Amino acid sequence: MLSIKNLQASVEGKQILNGLNLEIGQGEVHAIMGPNGSGKSTLASVLAGREDYEVTGGSVTFLGQDLLDASPEDRARAGLFLAFQYPVEIPGVSNANFLKTAVNEVRKSRGQEILDSKDFLKLMNEKMKLVEMDKAMTQRSVNEGFSGGEKKRNEIFQMAMLEPRLAVLDETDSGLDIDALRIVSHGVNALRSKERSFVVITHYQRLLDYIVPDFVHVLYKGRIVKSGTRELALELEAKGYDWIKDETTVNA
Amino acid sequence: MPEAMSKNGQHHPAPRPFLEAAETLVRRDEGSMPRVADIRRKALSQFEQSGIPSTRHEEWKYLDLSPLTTTDFRTATPDDIRKLSKADADALRHDGVDACLLLVENGSLNRDASDLKSVPAGVRIGSLAELGTEPAVIDHLFSLADTHTEALVALNTMLSYDPLIILVEANAQVETVLHVAFAAVPESSPLNVCTRLLVVAATGASCTLIESYHTIGEGASTLTNAVTETVVGSGARVHHIKVQHENSLARNISYHKVHMAGDSYQHLTTLTLGGALVRNTLNLRLDGQQINTYLNGLYVLDGDQVVDNHTLVDHAQPNCYSSELYKGIISGRAQGIFNGKIWVRPDAQKTNAYQSNKNILLSDEASMNTKPQLEIYADDVKCSHGATTGQLDEESLFYLRARGIGEATARALLNQAFAADVIAQVEHPGIREALLQVLDRKLSNLQS
Ligand SMILES: Nc1ncnc2c1ncn2[C@@H]1O[C@H](COP(=O)(O)OP(=O)(O)OP(=O)(O)O)[C@@H](O)[C@H]1O
Ligand SMILES: [Mg+2]
Repeated sequence: MLSIKNLQASVEGKQILNGLNLEIGQGEVHAIMGPNGSGKSTLASVLAGREDYEVTGGSVTFLGQDLLDASPEDRARAGLFLAFQYPVEIPGVSNANFLKTAVNEVRKSRGQEILDSKDFLKLMNEKMKLVEMDKAMTQRSVNEGFSGGEKKRNEIFQMAMLEPRLAVLDETDSGLDIDALRIVSHGVNALRSKERSFVVITHYQRLLDYIVPDFVHVLYKGRIVKSGTRELALELEAKGYDWIKDETTVNA
Repeated sequence: MPEAMSKNGQHHPAPRPFLEAAETLVRRDEGSMPRVADIRRKALSQFEQSGIPSTRHEEWKYLDLSPLTTTDFRTATPDDIRKLSKADADALRHDGVDACLLLVENGSLNRDASDLKSVPAGVRIGSLAELGTEPAVIDHLFSLADTHTEALVALNTMLSYDPLIILVEANAQVETVLHVAFAAVPESSPLNVCTRLLVVAATGASCTLIESYHTIGEGASTLTNAVTETVVGSGARVHHIKVQHENSLARNISYHKVHMAGDSYQHLTTLTLGGALVRNTLNLRLDGQQINTYLNGLYVLDGDQVVDNHTLVDHAQPNCYSSELYKGIISGRAQGIFNGKIWVRPDAQKTNAYQSNKNILLSDEASMNTKPQLEIYADDVKCSHGATTGQLDEESLFYLRARGIGEATARALLNQAFAADVIAQVEHPGIREALLQVLDRKLSNLQS
């Protein structure tokens, strides 16, 4: 589904991704862990098409298409979704209006019929239940005045509305209380399917008790330096990153 | 505090054709309305002396009026009406707004095309000949707006052939919207149109007024010189919405003076979408206690538009509240200008006065000059002002696009969101909806 080969990217002249390789198959859940500043959010941003990030080498294909040439909107329409680590507040644009525009632009690009207000409302009500979101939130401006946890929940709600093929969740668990973590994880699990893949970026093995990954990778200094299964996350939790850092220096 | 008329290169000489047109008009009025003829004669001599302000005049620094002196404008007379039909007037109505439409064509009321048969109860509408002897008209028409400091008001006073007068009786609660549509209809040569409107809402009256400006036909350039005088009587409530839709050959220099009495309320919104060169001078005098006033503005500019909003809120008495919010979206090579004065006179203790001007520039060549001027001579007051000019937020734009929303749509959504709070404050739901529609139309067709 997603194939990243030797990806190199820089921001403001500073090289952040240094030849990153990652293969994600259909229906798989991959967790990416790694120390602060190692490049996890940069990877997510490059995948989503943020313009401040310059790709200086390598390739990314998504569902057989070159991803890096596409505009952010075309990537989203093709089925890529990024749950932001820091969702922005957009005063004056209501959540409902924003999502209706998004859902319909995505549908249009797929040759599907546009939803009228009634069908849209129905879809929204159904998906809102999934993340136990309050109806009042949809009438408010996008993320404006939302608490940290509400913003994250709103990201998952948007994901549920847009039904992507690949979702990249950037620290969706940070800032969530215990109940919200359970709700969000439940929402993600409900959307797991044979056709849909996930990249879950997290610092905490705890999340992976709820969203059980097929693979776990460690990103360090802009590269995937170690890959394994669920057990790797447990090992990291117990030992920290030092042993990986040491290993990487030895190997380099 | 008012600035004196200035000299020394701060003015262009008064154009001859304007003076000649005024002399003709003075002769017309001499027999039938000697009082008005006198007022015009005085304005004529003031204008003759002052001429037209140049960019060296402090209040006209960013607005070049020299085309007024170099273009050969003919001033419209009452002979310049009846080109428009009832159907033309209907095209200016807003869907879903129950309004009494008054079409002022080239400065004079087009009676056939206006709703004079369905004037709401408690309202009188008429010309100088019809209502000129009413005490409210004698007191206020030609006297609120100041010909002494404002050369273009003097020009208007000497040349406005057919002032329109709207009198709302004491305690009348007028539901029907009073919509005055000012249309400039040029033929093949440049046309100067002087419009004059007096609105008096007597004690305890309440009404909603739309003042819209249009160009009909693209034949030649137009100069609309508009003066509006409003009296908001004690305890009266006036909602006033001004919308400027003129074309790219139009210039609109307008001056609006409002006199508010104690316990009155006014909500003013100025929406500027069209016009090549627009100046809105808005002067409010709060002359009583417990007055509440809102003055909001929104200008959405593209191409080579130049739009200048000069506002003055004059707090003359204690215990009043004024709130001002002006916002601009500026694209292409357009220029926005905002000058917001707040005066709090020594007597005006316990004044609350707020002002905010926020702009976004959508292109590198777009520009904005903003200048808040607070002059506070009382000590027990709450006043604040703020001005910002920035770009469209790139983070927000990326967020929307990352959800599959195309770039153009995403930009339009963000622009609408920026403008939303000005329109949202308009209290009449039908007018609010109509304004949103014209706003959306402009935002989705912004010219570079
Ligand atoms: N716009 C930017 N300008 C300058 N440096 C940046 C920018 N964005 C990211 N960086 C730098 O790139 C490096 C990687 O940042 P990134 O956000 O990808 O890390 P991360 O792995 O997501 O970290 P965390 O776990 O703290 O979220 C950091 O050193 C960061 O300071
Ligand atoms: Mg990060």
